[in-house]
Amino acid sequence: MTGNPALAIETHELVKVYGETRALDGLDLTVRTGTIHGVLGPNGAGKTTAMKILATLLQPTSGNAQVFGHDVVREASAVRRRIGLTGQTMALDEDMTGLQNLILAGRLQGLRHRPATARAEQLLEAFELTEVGNRLVKTYSGGQKRRIDVAASMVVTHELLFLDEPTTGLDPRSRSEVWQMIRVLVQDGGTILLTTQYLDEADQMADDLTLIDHGRVVARGTPAELKTSRADGVLEVLLTDPSRRAEAGTLLARAIGAGVDADSDPSRLLVKIPDADQAARALGELARAGISVEDFTLGQPSLDTVFLALTGHSTLDDTREEEAEVRA
Amino acid sequence: MTSSSTQARPAAEFPGRSVPSLQRPPAPGVLFACRTFAWRTLIKLKYVQDHLGTAVVFPVILTLVFTYLLGGAIAGTPGNYLQFFLPGVIVLSLVASSMMSALTLNRDIATGMFDRVRSTPIWQPAVLVGTMGGDVLRYALTSVVPLALGLLLGFRPDGGFAGVVLALLYLQLFTFSVSWLWMFFAVLIPQPTAAAGVVNLLQFILLFGSNILAPSQTMPGWLEAVVKLNPVTHAATTTRGLMHGDLSGGDLTAGLLACAALIVVFATPTALLYNRKQR
Repeated sequence: MTGNPALAIETHELVKVYGETRALDGLDLTVRTGTIHGVLGPNGAGKTTAMKILATLLQPTSGNAQVFGHDVVREASAVRRRIGLTGQTMALDEDMTGLQNLILAGRLQGLRHRPATARAEQLLEAFELTEVGNRLVKTYSGGQKRRIDVAASMVVTHELLFLDEPTTGLDPRSRSEVWQMIRVLVQDGGTILLTTQYLDEADQMADDLTLIDHGRVVARGTPAELKTSRADGVLEVLLTDPSRRAEAGTLLARAIGAGVDADSDPSRLLVKIPDADQAARALGELARAGISVEDFTLGQPSLDTVFLALTGHSTLDDTREEEAEVRA
Repeated sequence: MTSSSTQARPAAEFPGRSVPSLQRPPAPGVLFACRTFAWRTLIKLKYVQDHLGTAVVFPVILTLVFTYLLGGAIAGTPGNYLQFFLPGVIVLSLVASSMMSALTLNRDIATGMFDRVRSTPIWQPAVLVGTMGGDVLRYALTSVVPLALGLLLGFRPDGGFAGVVLALLYLQLFTFSVSWLWMFFAVLIPQPTAAAGVVNLLQFILLFGSNILAPSQTMPGWLEAVVKLNPVTHAATTTRGLMHGDLSGGDLTAGLLACAALIVVFATPTALLYNRKQR
């Protein structure tokens, strides 16, 4: 099978089974060279499993995957020569200094000790970590650790970089820092595969998106395409009194037969509706029942609402099958 | 996080903006890969007090406590006991010290370090081989400290200089062999705290269930039988024999067989388990 040169990644019918769990259930993923490709899905959707197979860390149960035309199982060493990986858990030795961690990362890529040291110092400077460079990593703040970790994935320029949920658990400031770093990484024409469970992250960062759930692709396209592809709009209702949300949900489900989903914000309701008339009816029903509405929005659905429309659940509060991935 | 920030891509100050690209060099060779992990082991010696403590402080305290506190009761005089105990305390320090690299590997597997290393083009066994190579220097330090202290306190090896050197060389082999035992558990048990617990407990049993502290002939028959199954016993007997120049051929054979047995029993399963982590 010869690969398409415009594609950095191509998988066919990728399956990974752990015991009873099908972590990947026939995943077809294509990633164009030179793009930031977002893989979006809830916890347990199979994002990390897919990434580990592509990074030659796991073997698929069936199906095949190619990175720049190289089979990830049979030509693992050819693949490893072209990829970099920043996993969900940080690849740092906390009993070494930041500088030493970067030197180690450079040597693992084949840099001799002296060039590795020069590169490490350059990276510390660029990431504004020079002052703490000679301190043990275990004394770093969370944001500093993540910066060193991302810096370590930049010791050499990778043609394809895997970033597995790079901003999970970071405060908003560190998150936007990491986003900016990721944009720098593609300036040299590199390709990035980014997994995330944050819709705003996927929306902001990715050129192309693949939405996955239960180990399968549920949708693909650019963020803009995905947002307009669904005819169904979503009405977002902000209730004055959060305690009446359950009541409002039941009422709307009965009155207009709409799919209703509760948001993580306790006073917010997401209502799937086919057109604006139905939205008016829904608001009317609420008014008749005496449930006051603080605010509502209708219009182009966000990725959040697209995901809800496609899968029937939101990306947020979902931890199914997470153990299966952890075991990997 | 507003949509306007999407457009304004090259923001003024973001970390990493000034990183020039760097072509990936050719994949590193086997030797370089091993040296990289040896280097990592050695620099950690400087930073991790645990390592230094096990290598230097622990043997010193043990030697003093056992010789002066208990030595008189066990062997009549502290001086007599020292002749018996000192080779044993070196074995004991080395066994304790040999766990460190295994626990590092175990932590690597629990964090993302293992995955990062596996996604690079280096020769993968370097993780084990290089690390153990770096340990050789650590072990040398670990054995020299109690030896020097012992000589100062009156330890007089009858085997002379040659006997001591041979004993230290034998101990390098034994420590390398026993470290496969720890590596096995490091790869087998995923949680670092559980792995450390098992390894520590096992170490305790191996060290105290041996003839390091007292001759096995003084023990009840059943215990003597158990102690004689312990590879640490044979290592201690061989070390003592070499240092005092009275090693029998049978004891030397047993000492070497103990090393071979540890490698045969634990190195292969460790390598298999390590590779299986990929599936």
